[in-house]
Amino acid sequence: MQLLLRFLVGGTLVLLFAVLGDVLKPKGFAGLFAAAPSVAVATLSLTILADGKSYAAIEARSMTAGAAAFCLYAVLCVYLMAIKHVRAAPAAIFGLLAWGVSAGAFFAALELL
Amino acid sequence: MLIKIDWAALKKTKGSEYFVRFVLGGAITVVTGLVAKHYGPAVGGLFLAFPAIFPASATLVEQHERDKKRRAGIMHTLRGRLSAGLDARGAVLGAIALIAFAAVIWKGLPIARAPFVLSIALAIWFALATLLWRVRRLHTRWRILSHGKHR
Repeated sequence: MQLLLRFLVGGTLVLLFAVLGDVLKPKGFAGLFAAAPSVAVATLSLTILADGKSYAAIEARSMTAGAAAFCLYAVLCVYLMAIKHVRAAPAAIFGLLAWGVSAGAFFAALELL
Repeated sequence: MLIKIDWAALKKTKGSEYFVRFVLGGAITVVTGLVAKHYGPAVGGLFLAFPAIFPASATLVEQHERDKKRRAGIMHTLRGRLSAGLDARGAVLGAIALIAFAAVIWKGLPIARAPFVLSIALAIWFALATLLWRVRRLHTRWRILSHGKHR
């Protein structure tokens, strides 16, 4: 039941941000919503309710590393799509490997601090 | 340039495309919860910034531009890939603001009420992303103008 609630809340928030990204012009501005914190808002809200604020704060700390990795991932996507003219799907999917590696590296660096 | 709302843009996106985003969003929220449960909140938190929706939205942006060109009789075009690249440039700025969003929640949750911290973090994400976007536009305009002067 809790998983279904997570699915519905997460899906709805992502859909809401996707609609915002679609209706806002110019296109470059709408691109901001590709990195909107929709999943984070859904997950953190449910986590606070179920496990408390301290647990959610630990998740948010790691999220800084994930977001830094997202930034590098998006830079890689710009390079592949706009400069190397690779098609969007393979570029964006291949880039997920780079997100995984850099998220791990940023996370390790955060743990050392 | 002013930021505008174009409701007609909703008609260009098929219901199935929104459905895919809904399912992906729901799925990544469930996966994040399961990862946190099995490996702890430190590992689970990483996936709060997993770019799950971006591959789908970039593919749609490329497809829409390609279809538009095809309807105009242009079969081979790079326009779709360039548009997807532009979307990714926006995502770079959104992701920088996402770091600030996470940092506000990390530092704010232990000392303030959760709804207040979440609202402030969301407002900071939007304000910072918009500011970065405006700075980048001004920088691009300045480069174009200064390039023209040197000619």
